[in-house]
Amino acid sequence: MPLWAERERVLKYVDAYRDSKLAKRLLETLQKRPYGSRTLRLMEICGTHTVAMFRLGLRQLLPSSLQLISGPGCPVCVTAAEDVDRALWIARQTGAIVATFGDFMRVPGSRSSLLTERSRGGSVRMVYASFDALQVARDNPHREVVFLGIGFETTAPTVAAAILQASREGIENFSVLSMHKLLPPAMKALLDGEGMDLHGFICPGHVSTVIGAAAYEEIAARYEIPCVVTGFEALDLLQGLHLLVDQVLAGEARVVNQYSRAVNWGGNPAAQRLLAQVFEPADAPWRGLGIIPRSGLKIRKEWQLLDAAERFAIPPMESREPPGCRCSEVLRGTVTPPQCGLFGKACTPETPVGPCMVSSEGTCGAYHQYHQED
Amino acid sequence: MNDIVQLDHGSGGRATQELVQRCFFQLFANEYLLQMNDSALLPWAGGQMAMTTDSYVVDPIIFPGGDIGSLAVHGTVNDLAMQGARPLYLTAGFILEEGLSLEVLEYVARSMAEAAREAQVMIVAGDTKVVPRGKADRLFINTAGVGVVPSGIRVGGQYARPGDSVLINGTIGDHGIAVLCKREGLAFEREILSDSAPLNDLVSGILESCPRVRVLRDPTRGGVATALNEIAQQSGVGIVLFEESLRIKEDVAGACEVLGLDPLYVANEGKVLVFVPPDDEQLVLNLMRNHPRGRDGVKIGQVTQEGAGRVTLETGVGGHRLVQMLHGEQLPRIC
Repeated sequence: MPLWAERERVLKYVDAYRDSKLAKRLLETLQKRPYGSRTLRLMEICGTHTVAMFRLGLRQLLPSSLQLISGPGCPVCVTAAEDVDRALWIARQTGAIVATFGDFMRVPGSRSSLLTERSRGGSVRMVYASFDALQVARDNPHREVVFLGIGFETTAPTVAAAILQASREGIENFSVLSMHKLLPPAMKALLDGEGMDLHGFICPGHVSTVIGAAAYEEIAARYEIPCVVTGFEALDLLQGLHLLVDQVLAGEARVVNQYSRAVNWGGNPAAQRLLAQVFEPADAPWRGLGIIPRSGLKIRKEWQLLDAAERFAIPPMESREPPGCRCSEVLRGTVTPPQCGLFGKACTPETPVGPCMVSSEGTCGAYHQYHQED
Repeated sequence: MNDIVQLDHGSGGRATQELVQRCFFQLFANEYLLQMNDSALLPWAGGQMAMTTDSYVVDPIIFPGGDIGSLAVHGTVNDLAMQGARPLYLTAGFILEEGLSLEVLEYVARSMAEAAREAQVMIVAGDTKVVPRGKADRLFINTAGVGVVPSGIRVGGQYARPGDSVLINGTIGDHGIAVLCKREGLAFEREILSDSAPLNDLVSGILESCPRVRVLRDPTRGGVATALNEIAQQSGVGIVLFEESLRIKEDVAGACEVLGLDPLYVANEGKVLVFVPPDDEQLVLNLMRNHPRGRDGVKIGQVTQEGAGRVTLETGVGGHRLVQMLHGEQLPRIC
């Protein structure tokens, strides 16, 4: 089969999960489940899920007994102000080039953002992949190129691969400031927190391709909470909700893999090996959730020459969260964005005060972009 | 924090609007400027003429389906056509960076000449400046244009009425994705071509047969979403889009999925949004589909009384979501 025909087939395959007639039927059956007087609080961890729900206009079509809560699954949003400030400090160093994904450019630190640093003359490059940053380093051998490692288990393996490649090639002017984070520890931290009355998790699709559905077994068992690994198309989301509702109504708490066309039970061993080779778990600060034990990825000693945190003498930051900003509560799902006094007024996508407004996958950004007040 | 110009200010979205309001509108204020349409309508010999200007800084200079030269002609011709004007004369100003290859310059000039011929306009005056290496990026072009508006034509972003049908002459997002793929070296199995094209012939045909057309707008920077938001605000109406009617080429849709872009916000350079009273919908669709620039013409939405100033999208599963103006810079330097 020629390549383009293969692609055609793959695209059609996606369309099959967008069948609007079938979606409407699934919505109807979801309406008819015996909820009684119960309200089921279900959290979608992942920002891509939050956006997908809004883009499809699903929220307003769901039965009132289902309450969807957006979780801390937007990597940009959960980056602590202190980490943003460290990145900004590097961007101000003479001769340094900071390479980063586009949505991180706008994230406000305590006083500035990378976008502002760039318009003031700081050298900041937007890249689409860690290997693009490596190319920037090859092209600018006399400058220090620092890639900002942002992202969960999905992105981190590609950064690990770039670190190994830089080491193989002996590229001496490349390093990574790792701010990578792991989702399962954050889910546990949420459940350990006060007042989190959750009935189920819609587990992230992309992260699970790497860590596997098995990664949630401990959570499901220990906290007695159903977990369904879910895809991103209309039928995925609706089937995922059905599978969660099934369990809640039957009083079960298992891990179910709805997204089996992409996610294995054990995940992707090659990606896991890369992660283990380059990174080790470390305590990490999360915006809104504080320091969560073993929830971050630190570059191993073996590769410390490629670790920007070792290479630069970054001074301790006196960071602060923006006054009035309720992102930390939004990230825990305890308030919705419109409940924040800054939402849509002082805080908009052009002039974001908090990180959840910055990212296209941030909960505030999604509300602002898609939500209609009735 | 925002006391300096940032790239967002050139995005064509809300930041651009705010910058223009703050720096230019107040100081230059006059009744023609404040029409805030693609070109200004000016009184002329008992009728009206339209005048516009636009600068082109696209990177790369040459992209699949066009180049900075053809784009500079099409863009200005289309801005005139969107006011119902028949484009007549253009000017061309060039800012060249020291070191630009003459071969590239000649290629671009030839392409401009050809585009002007196709659009039946003349380039009647020009200017050339050269700046030292590093003070510009190879080649920037400014074009200005004038045209005459046939009598009896009254189109503008402020004339949309509840009940109007919203039509477009084909697929969306082609130009922005073509340029982005070329710039970033993203290869798809079939090359994605820009839709850059002159629309004056298509538009004048529509206006001749259907002078009741209310709004014409080319959804360039900021895409269909931004153009419709501007119209909803100018006319004080709501607009509902039907997701299932939007036509997006498979490769464009694929590229958007990969890059996380919403095709509604991606630029077009050969598309026109046409607002017509419902009775004229079929007539205009037939005219579009019989024209080489409108084969895939389709109705994509409806103007409503409710939700004044807002654009909403009816999704495939029957939900609704808000479609906002472009926030910030989605893709830099696409025109």
